[in-house]
Amino acid sequence: MSTIASLQIGDVGYISEESLGNIPLKLLEMGCLPGAEVRLVQIAPLKDPLYICVNGSHLAIRKETAESITILKSNE
Amino acid sequence: MAKSNINVALIGNPNTGKTSLFNQLTGLNQKVGNYPGITVDKKEGVCKLSATQNAIITDLPGTYSINPTSLDESIVLKTLLNKSVTSTPDVILVVADVENLKRNLLLFSQIKDLEIPTVLAINMVDQMHKKGISIDLSALKEELNTEVVLISARKNTGIQQVKEAIIRCHVAAKASPLCAIDHKIDADYFNKLKEISPNYSMYELWLMITQNNYPEAISKSEKEKLLAFKKDISKIKKYQHKETIYRYQEINRILKKTYLVDKTKARDLRSNLDRVFTHKIFGYAFFAFLLLVIFQSIFHLASIPMDAIDSFFAELSTITKDSLPAGMLTDLITEGIIPGIGGVVIFIPQIAILFLFIAVLEETGYMSRVVFLMDKIMRRFGMNGKSIIPLISGTACAIPAIMATRTIGSWKERLITILVTPFTTCSARLPVYAILIALVIPNKKVIGFLNLQGLVLLFLYALGFASAIIAAYLLQKMLKLNTKSFFVVEMPNYKIPSFKNVALEVLEKTKAFVFGAGKIILALSIVLWFLASNGPSSFKNAEKTVLENPVNINLSDDELSKKIASAELENSYIGILGKAIEPAIKPLGYDWKIGIALITSFAAREVFVGTLATIYSVEADDENTSTIKEKMASEINSETGEKRFNLPVGMSLLIFYAFAMQCMATLAIVKRETKSWKWPLIQLFSMGILAYVASFITYQIFQ
Repeated sequence: MSTIASLQIGDVGYISEESLGNIPLKLLEMGCLPGAEVRLVQIAPLKDPLYICVNGSHLAIRKETAESITILKSNE
Repeated sequence: MAKSNINVALIGNPNTGKTSLFNQLTGLNQKVGNYPGITVDKKEGVCKLSATQNAIITDLPGTYSINPTSLDESIVLKTLLNKSVTSTPDVILVVADVENLKRNLLLFSQIKDLEIPTVLAINMVDQMHKKGISIDLSALKEELNTEVVLISARKNTGIQQVKEAIIRCHVAAKASPLCAIDHKIDADYFNKLKEISPNYSMYELWLMITQNNYPEAISKSEKEKLLAFKKDISKIKKYQHKETIYRYQEINRILKKTYLVDKTKARDLRSNLDRVFTHKIFGYAFFAFLLLVIFQSIFHLASIPMDAIDSFFAELSTITKDSLPAGMLTDLITEGIIPGIGGVVIFIPQIAILFLFIAVLEETGYMSRVVFLMDKIMRRFGMNGKSIIPLISGTACAIPAIMATRTIGSWKERLITILVTPFTTCSARLPVYAILIALVIPNKKVIGFLNLQGLVLLFLYALGFASAIIAAYLLQKMLKLNTKSFFVVEMPNYKIPSFKNVALEVLEKTKAFVFGAGKIILALSIVLWFLASNGPSSFKNAEKTVLENPVNINLSDDELSKKIASAELENSYIGILGKAIEPAIKPLGYDWKIGIALITSFAAREVFVGTLATIYSVEADDENTSTIKEKMASEINSETGEKRFNLPVGMSLLIFYAFAMQCMATLAIVKRETKSWKWPLIQLFSMGILAYVASFITYQIFQ
C-alpha cells in the first residue's frame, strides 16, 4: 500500500478513506482530509521531515506520520 | 454619549497577517502583560472605532483550530470558554488569508458555532489579482451569515470597514452557529449534551468534554454530567473526526459558490526559493552564514553606539558630581544611580539588533524553513525542529525564548528545550563578554580579515549552543517521560517583512527588557552602592587605621586617600561578603572584588559590569573620569603586581559566565512554565557546578 512517505518529489496522490483513523486531528484540521490531493513538495536533507502540499496548505510533517497515511496514486 | 468599550478578540491562523492587522488597528496604543516575571499571555490595544466608540482589542496567539495541541493554542480556548472573566469578547474578529481561505474558514466555522458575534476579515486581498483569485463577497456574507470584510493590513486598506463591521456586529448582536454538527453526526447524542446546561451553547459543551476544559462558572452537577460523557472516549474521538470532515464539506460547498481560483495565473516564487533554502548543502550553508552575519553585527555594529553610551554616562557622572554639592545624596546619584542606569542603557543596541534579525526572519517566513531543516537533527537531541526558534531567540533573551517553547506540542521536547535554552549566549552575557574580551584578547586580525576578538566571541556563542545540545542529549537519556511527539509545521509563503511590524516588535521587546530587567539592575546598583559605602565599626575606623599606621607616614595626600578608600571598601558590608567567599573562588583566579560581582550577578549577569563599575568608582578618587573599561584595565593584582584582568582570569571568567545560571528572571519564568520549583533549581545548581569546574580547569590551563 502506498503512503505519503512513498511519494517521489513532485508526485501527487489522494488520501484514502481508510486512513481517516490514522490521521491526527490536528492534521485533519489543517486540511489533510480523506480524498484530498496531496503533493510531495520537498524532502528535508536528512530524509525527514517531508514537505507536502495538501488542500492548499503547505505543511511539514514527520516521516512516521507520513507513513501512517495511505494514499491512492493518481495512476491507480 | 460615551458607551463602554467593546471587547474584541482577534483570532486567526498563524501567518495570516493577524499581527499586521492588530498593529493597524491599535498603532502604538498597545500593552503587553507584565514582563519579565509574568508571561506575555495576551497583547491588548485600544482602537478608536468611531467618534464615540472605542474597542479593546486582544491579540490571541495564532492557532489553526480551537482544539489546542499546544499550550499557546489553549490560551485561545480558555479565553473563549471562560464567560465569568470580565474580558469575555463581545465580538470576535477572525483574520483569514485569502490564499488559504478554505483552511482558515475551519477555525472561523468553529468560532461561529460558539454563538458569539463574529466578523471575518479576509486579508492580503492585494494579492488576489496576482494569484488569480476572485470572491463573490455578498454571496459569501450570506452563506457565512456574518460580516465579511476584504482587507490588506500591509497596504492599510479596508481597516475602516473592519471598524464599521465591528460596530454593526456588536449592535446587531446576532449570533447563530454555522455548522449544525449535531444533526450530521448523532442528533441524539448532541441533544443530550445540550440539555445539560442552558447557559452554554451545544458547541461550547462539546468543547468542554473534548478539551477537558471546564469554565469556573459551571456548576458541580453540570460538570458531573459532562464527565459522564467522557466515559466513551473512542466515540468522542470518532465524532471529532466526523465533525472536522463535516466542517470541510460545508466550507467546500460555500466556497464553490463564492470563491474562484484561476490557477494559470499563479506564479510560483515559493518553489524557487524553497529549492534554495531547503537545499541539502546550500540550505545549511545559508543558515550558517546568516548566523555569522548576526553575530558579527552584534559585536561590531553595536559596539559603536555602546562605546558612546559608555563614555556618555562616565561623563554625566563627573558633570553631576561637579555641579552638585558634595554629600550622601550626590554620592548616591553619581556612584549608584547613574552607573546603574548606564548599565541598562548600554544593552539597547545589542538587544535591538538581535530582535531586529529575529523579527525579520520570522516575518519573511524563513524561520519555518529552518525548522524544516533542523527537525531531524534536533530530534536526535530530544528536541524538536521548533526548538531552534527558542535557541536562536535565546541569544537575545532567555525569557521570551522560554515562552516561545509553548508552540512545541510534546511536553518532553518542550521541557528539554526550556532547560537548555539558558545555555545559549543571551544578550545579558554580552556586556560581560564584551568588556572581558576587550581587556584580555588582543585586537588584531587573523587569517587576513577576521578579527580575533570577534572570533573569541563567536567561539563563546558556539560553546553556548554546543552545551545546550549536549545537555539536551543527556536530558533525553535521563528524563523518564513518555509523551507522544507530534509535529506539523506550516510552510508559509515568503513575504517581504513589513517595516511597521518589525519596528513595533523590536520596540516592544527592547522596551520590555529595559523596563523589566532594568528595574532589577537599577535596584541592585543602589543596594550595592549602599553596601559598599557603609559598614560595621571597622569601616568607620578605616581612615583612622590607615592614618595611624606608621608605614603610611611618608605617603603623599593622593596616595593616602587612595589607601583610605581601599581600606573602606574592604571593610564595608559588601567587602566583608566578598572576602568571605574569596577562598572558594581563588582557585578560579578571582579576588574578593570579582567575588562581589559574581554574587550580584546571580540576580542578572549584566550586573557584573555595573558592580565592578560601582566598586571601582567608590574606590577611585574624585577626579577620576575614566570609563568602566579603563578602570578595569588599570586594576592591579596586589599579590603579583600584574594586571588583575590578565588572560587566565579573563578566560576563566568568560567560561564561568558561559555556563552559570545567573538570572532571577529566567528562573522565575522557568518556574512558571514548568509549574514547579524543581526544574529551575535543577538548572541553577547543575549549571552552577558546571561553571565552577569548567572555569577552574580553564584557569589552570591558561596559568
